[in-house]
This record gives sequence, structure tokens and C-alpha cells, in this order.
Amino acid sequence: MILTATFLSAFLGAGLILLLPERRASLAKWIALLAVLAGLGGAKFAFLSFDHSPAAPDYQFLTWLPWIPQLGISFFTGADGISVVLLLLTGIIAVTGVLFSWNVTHRPRAFFAFYLIIIGGVYGVFQSFDLFLLFVFYEIVIIPKYFLIAAWGSTNREYGAMKLTMYSVAGSALVLLALIATYAVSGAQTFDLFVLSRGGFSSGFQAWAFPVMFIGFAVLAGLWPLHTWAPTGHVAAPTAVSMLLAGVVMKLGSYSALRVAMTLFPEGLGQWRTSFAILATAGIVLGALVALAQKDLKFTVGYSSIAHMGFVLLGLMTLNRAGMGGAVLQMFSHGIIGGLLFAVVGRMIYDRTHTRDIADLGKMDLLKALPFATLTFTIASVASMGLPGFSGFIAELTILKGSWIAFPWLLVPAGVGIVITVAFTLRALQRAFYPSGEPMPQSFDPITFPEKLGAVLLMAVTVCLGVFPSMLLNPILRSFQAPLMHHLVQEVTTK
Amino acid sequence: MTNLLIALAPEAFLVITALVVLGIGVSAPKARGAITAATLLGGLVAAAALLLHPVDGNFLHGMVVLNPLARLFKLVLLGLGLVSVVFAAESFPKLHFAEALALLLFSMVGMMLLAGTEDLLMIFLALELTSLPLYILAAFAKESRASAEAGLKYFLIGSVAAAFLLYGLSLIYGVAGSTNLRVIAKLSGDPDPLLIAGIALTLLGFAFKIAVVPFQLWAPDVYEGAPTAAAALIASGSKVAGVFILTKILTLGLGHWTGTAGWGQFAPGWAPVLALMAAASVVLGNVAALVQSNVKRLLAYSAIAHGGYLLIGLCAADAPSLTAVLFYVIIYALTTAGAFGVVVIVEKQRGGSHLEDFEGLGKSSPVLALCLLVFLISLAGIPPLAGFFGKFYLFTSALANGRHLWLVILAVAMNAVSLYYYLIVLKHALVLPAPKETVPTAAPASKFLVVLLALAVLALGLAPNALIGPLSNGQTVKNIIINTLQK
Repeated sequence: MILTATFLSAFLGAGLILLLPERRASLAKWIALLAVLAGLGGAKFAFLSFDHSPAAPDYQFLTWLPWIPQLGISFFTGADGISVVLLLLTGIIAVTGVLFSWNVTHRPRAFFAFYLIIIGGVYGVFQSFDLFLLFVFYEIVIIPKYFLIAAWGSTNREYGAMKLTMYSVAGSALVLLALIATYAVSGAQTFDLFVLSRGGFSSGFQAWAFPVMFIGFAVLAGLWPLHTWAPTGHVAAPTAVSMLLAGVVMKLGSYSALRVAMTLFPEGLGQWRTSFAILATAGIVLGALVALAQKDLKFTVGYSSIAHMGFVLLGLMTLNRAGMGGAVLQMFSHGIIGGLLFAVVGRMIYDRTHTRDIADLGKMDLLKALPFATLTFTIASVASMGLPGFSGFIAELTILKGSWIAFPWLLVPAGVGIVITVAFTLRALQRAFYPSGEPMPQSFDPITFPEKLGAVLLMAVTVCLGVFPSMLLNPILRSFQAPLMHHLVQEVTTK
Repeated sequence: MTNLLIALAPEAFLVITALVVLGIGVSAPKARGAITAATLLGGLVAAAALLLHPVDGNFLHGMVVLNPLARLFKLVLLGLGLVSVVFAAESFPKLHFAEALALLLFSMVGMMLLAGTEDLLMIFLALELTSLPLYILAAFAKESRASAEAGLKYFLIGSVAAAFLLYGLSLIYGVAGSTNLRVIAKLSGDPDPLLIAGIALTLLGFAFKIAVVPFQLWAPDVYEGAPTAAAALIASGSKVAGVFILTKILTLGLGHWTGTAGWGQFAPGWAPVLALMAAASVVLGNVAALVQSNVKRLLAYSAIAHGGYLLIGLCAADAPSLTAVLFYVIIYALTTAGAFGVVVIVEKQRGGSHLEDFEGLGKSSPVLALCLLVFLISLAGIPPLAGFFGKFYLFTSALANGRHLWLVILAVAMNAVSLYYYLIVLKHALVLPAPKETVPTAAPASKFLVVLLALAVLALGLAPNALIGPLSNGQTVKNIIINTLQK
């Protein structure tokens, strides 16, 4: 039941905000804050009280209620180690997103209501074990994204919003098709993941159902070459929504690809994994290369997300515990770091300087004008580059370890990707914040308390995770031995 | 005999109400409030008669057949008619208002009779009783050229379609020697060429009624030109009645000649014909809607597309698919009626239904904008709204026997496209600012109804079994339609 509280608090918050009269519109952010704090509370409680002992059940906090018996649809939620980790991520990003939206004064009720609906949908996806329920939550996220970007966004917002939405809905259409076909072919008259994953799908069916469903989900995870919605969408979005998109919405894609597509169709996965691993690596290298060429700081961060999500997809395709565990860890780590980067660029800098052009920012002497922003961006960059001591390092290292076993020949391009990531991150950091030219100091509004609070929270999480990765890795790795996924793991004999 | 009277009591009450309303119209033509009130009161009495005194049975050799399913559809049709009556107060011209409402009532009587018959002759008569008042209503805004054009177009195309239908039904009668669907169902063996022609012509006639290719041309002009309340009834009630009776004719009477529409395994019958009509409608409707700038025209093209989705379920022709079709058509009608309700109020406020007229709706009347969001997102098939579950159910059951994959692929893909044009409307309503300050118009009754419909769409999305239950429990679709299929 504690899990249900996470998305219920978000949806209830959205409903309450919509009921606010116009003259009380400024209360919207407080209600939103309470709702996301309640959600974080629930997620944190689930994370901390998740029983790690070997005798404990693999799936905990299970709730099962009949919903639409005619189609075998039930309200079936629960969590394994992967779910609790991603629920915690959602909670953290949701709270910091509200903190970084504290200055939204344009139609705040609608803003926070749409925001909370996204949060609720994301919480829902990460705990659903009924595929219909999961798909419902997955689709709930689509429409609020459009309005948040189109109405509160910046650069080219209507185009960016529509492009992002149409990519999402095209991905969903592929998923829907594969889902319906799965239901029809299984003949089990149920959408229960545990029942469906017992197998029985012919290799011929898996050979086409797997790529259709996987690509459908992976669109949202930024799989190259279907990633182009992400940079335009992230850049057009208001800060909190960029944070949500990079922080959790992209993870919906990779999580669902693992939870549904890979779990249901192991044979199809076997046939296609090399192709998808190559695409993932292409995303790492090309995403990083394109980021290197950007003039707009937010575009740099946007393309870096593609590179980092490439690692997630590569890790998933390794089919060993190191690679897949690293992939889930990377989902968490990139959620925090990406969220932090977008928060600095969108809220701390752009809202004050009204430019994101790296060269222009370089002239403003941000080190003196906005020291806190500079410090935060520096830490986030260092974490994003994958330096030891931060979460990104341990995640990418474990993924590389996994792919060394599964795809040794992809290690070189992936390594090159890491080098380019370091290059573009340092380039952006140096040119925007530590320029060599003549500084022309300007003064801006000081960084507000909610911004500092949010930034400190995110930085603390990434450092904490960099030092104690086992906190997350233990529950994650445990999940790969559980009934849904143990058949996926193929440890190869090179040990 | 008394049972027959009770069975037809709802329709009788509506006819009496229509006559009373005409009487008020003659004596006090300006008392529009009283006219509307009398109409609604009559409708409520009819609903009470339907609910409080249910009779089941077969009267006059299948001319009037009542069962739980038929009564459910009568109730839905009655409700949709009354929704249009409320909207009519905002969108019909003041002159001859009573006559307009009387015509609406007569059309409702036709629809309700249609839901409760199994006889070809009665079907044709009821269809004409439905259509003739609607032709007049489409042309009712006498000062508007668009309305006159709508009425004329609707009438001309409708008459041609009726001719096709009458010819088709008479050929079926000629082969079967009876107008009763259950007697027709006893025909077996190789189909007579005359019967094939009869089925084809019947399908063409119904293509007009539910606005699918090849008889879809009238829809955009009629939806745009007709007074919006009339368009709402044409789009909702008329479509529900048409789909329901088409389902009945095809499965109850012509179940032996279903055929299959599976890819590479076509078997002759009506299913492959429907499949082609469905595919063409889904593509044409969704693609043409992309470029519309008038919301009513856009809804018309979306109606063509939705007609296509419904036919996909009909092609599959098994119990779950038919339940899904009936579920979806009800959901679709509620949603479309609601969307037209928003258009009615916006039109009254801004004088038009172009995209620009919706700008700033989110600011001037947030509740209305939110309702529009619910309706259009439901039409686009996004959860948690009823339209999503309707489509999901429809596609899942159409695919259940694995035969209609090509149609489902096409429909899912085009459905993704459809989100684009619904979002364009919503962008104007919710994102763009109003060009000039507008005062929200007071239209409390219509607004209340719109909110109610939006809540219904949300509730049926969260708990669809509230409607699937009555549609699919043993007594209804399965026994009445499918049993004859399997015999």
C-alpha cells in the first residue's frame, strides 16, 4: 500500500491544485511541494524497508485488486530492487523539480497540476506488474509533457513540444501493438507479467515482437537514431520539465524495455541484442560528438543525456549482472546528474542571464557573478564525466566491465565515447564558467534558497552514491536472480 | 397487447411530448424556456418508463423486440437526444424553436425504434424516421448559407444512400422470403448472387449512416454547417443507432456470410468488404483531419476515422469484438457529444468554431478548457480516459483470433497520427493567449452537462467494467447475437 501512496499523493495533489480558486493560485506550489514530499516519503520508506535478507521474498509490497476482469486486467503493483531504486530517484527528482520551479508565476495551478500528473505516472510505471496498468501509467505522462513545454517552455517551444510528443506517441503505438499481440498470442487472458513471462512464445513471434516493443520503449530512452526528440524537447522545456525528462521520463523507456520487452521475449532478445548494442554504442559516441559541437549550453547537456542513456542501453544488452546492474545504477546516477545539470543551466543561469550561448556566458564572469551556480555546475560536470567518487564513475565502470564480457569489440568505441564526454564537458565548463578572455562582470539576482536546497540535495546524493554504491547495487543485483529476470542473465565463461 | 403498449411506452411518451411542444410553440412561440423544459420533462418520463417498467419480448413477429441490450441502447440514445436538446437552447435560431425540438424528438423516436427491432421493414422505416427530421434540422439556421448547403447535401446524399439500402434490403427479402432477421438467418448454403448484391448494397447504405468511406463526403459539410446541436445528434445518437442496427443485421441475420478479412486468407463475405471500408476510413479520416482549421470539420473527419475503428471490430465478428464495438460506440458518442457541447458554448461566446476562436479558452473558462482536454484526449485514445480503454478493447479483441493484424497495425499507427490534430486544437485552447479580452458567456445548463459528460468519460475510463458488464453479461450480446451465429 505504501507504493500506492506515491502516485496517489501526486494525483491527489494535482486534483487539489485544479480545485484552487484563482485568488489562491499561489498556494499551488505549496500543495505541489507537500505532494512530492509525501511521494518521496513513500518511496524512501519503500527503499529503506525493502527486505534484503536472502530469505525475503523477491517481490515486496504487493497489492493486487481486480480491475477489469473481462480482459484479465488487474491493479497489480509491487516492487523489486530495481523498482525501489527508481522510485527513490523519482521522489528525489520530483522534490528538487518543485524547488527549482519555485519562481513559476505564469499560470501556476496548471503548471503544477500537469507536473504532478507526470510524477504520478512515473511512480506508477515503476511499480506496475500488470502490463495494462503499466501502459496506462506510461501513457499518462505524454500529454502533460506537451503542455508543460508548449506553454511554459523557451526556445522553439511549440515545435519542440510537438516533436517530443509525436515521438513518444509513435513509440507508444509500437508498444501497444506488441502488447496487444502478446495478449492475443499468449491466450492466457491476462496482462499479469508473472504469468506472461512464463514463456511459451514461439521464436518466430519473439523475433518480431521483441524489436517492435523494445524500440517502442527505447524511443523514450533516447535510442540512437530515434533520439532527436530529446535535445529539442529538453531545450524547449522549462527547467523542472527538463529535469523530469532527463531525470526520470527517459528512464521510463529503459526501465520498461527491461521490465517488459526483455523479460517477455528472451529469445527475441538473443537474436537482436547485438544490433541494439551497436545502436547504443553509436548513441554514446555520436551523442558525445554532437555535444562537442554545440554552442548552446542546454543543447550540450541535452546531447550528453543521449550519450549517458547509450550506456544504459548498452549495459542492458550485455545480459550479465555487471552490465545490467550497472545500467540500472546508471539510470539512477544519470537521473540525478542530468537533473542537476539542467537545473543549473535552466534555472540558475538562463533565468538570470537570458542566454545559454556558451560564448556569451563566458563574457559574464559567472565565477564571480554566480559563484554557487558555477560551483554546482562544476561538481555536476565532474560527476557527469565519470570521475571516481561520484555515482557516474561506478555506474559506467560496471557497464564497461559487463560489456567487456559480452561485447569486447564494443569496448573501444564506448571508451572513446567516455573520452569525448570528458572533452565536451570540460569544453563547456571551461568556456562558459572559466573563460580565459577579459571578464565583464555583471550582477544578477542571487541564487535563492530553494535552488540551493535542491542543488545541495542532488549533489549529496551523487556523492553519497559514489562512495557507497552498494547501497543501490545490492538491491539491484538481487533482482536479477528473481523469477522474472534470472533467465535473462547469461554469465559467459570468461571469468 | 398491453405488453406491446408498455414496450413502446417510451417512444409514445416522446411522440406525445413532441405534439405538446408543437402546441406550446403555436400558442407561445417565445417561451423557449418552457419549450425546453417540456421537452426535457417528456424525455425524463420516457426514461422512467424505460427503466421502471422493463418488458422483454418479441412483438408483432420481430417488429418490436426488447431485451436488456436493446433497452440499454434505447436509454443511451434517449440520453444523447436530451443532451442535444439542452445544447439546442444555445445553438438553434430563436425562430421556430419549438418545431426544432419537436423534430429532435421525432428523430429520437426513430433511433429508439431502430434499437428495438429485428425486422428489415421496421429497420428501414425507423432509419427514415431518424433521418428525415435530421435533414430538416441540418438546414434549420435559415439565415446561414452553410446551414442550407448542409441540409441539402445531407438530404441528397442521404436519399441516395437510402435508395441503396432499400434496394439491398429488398433483395435480401427476395432471397429469404421474409423480412425477419431470424428467418433470414436460417438461409444457408452457397449465397445467391442476388443475396450478395443485397448485402453489398445494404453495407453501402449504412456507410452513409455511420459516415465511413465511400459515403463519408457529407460529414464535414454537415457537421460544419448544421446548427451545432443538430450536428451533435448526427454525430452521436445517429451513429450509435446506425452501428447498433448494422451489428444486428450482420450478425443476427447474415451471420452465415461473414467471411474473413485476415491478411492472405480472405474468404468471401461481408467482413472483407467492411475491412476495406474500415481501412479507407481510418486513413482518410485521420489524414484529412490534419489540415482542418474548423473544429467542427475536424470532428467530422475524426468521426470518419472512428467509424473505421468501429468497423474493424465488426469485421472480427466474435463475441468480445462485438461487445467492444458496442462499448466503443457508446463511449465515442458521449465524448463527441461533449466536444460538441464545448463548441456550442465557444460559438456562442466568439461567434465561430475556427481554431482561433478557441484561443485563450484556458484563461476565460478554465473548466470548459479542461473538459475539452478530456474529450479530445479521450478521442485520441490516451489513458486514463474511456476512449483509451475503448480502443484498447476493440483492438485487443479484433486481434484475439490473430486474423486482423494488418487492420490493427493500420489503426494503431493512424491513431498515433490523430494525436497531432487533437493537440493542435488543445494548443489553441490551452496554450495560446486570447487575441482580445472575452467575457465568458453564461450557458449554465450546457456547461453543467459538458462537465457531467467529461466526468462520465473519466469515470468510464477508470472503471470500464461498469459498462462492459451490462454489455457482455450472459443475457445480452452473447445470447442474443452470437448464439445465432454459432447455431
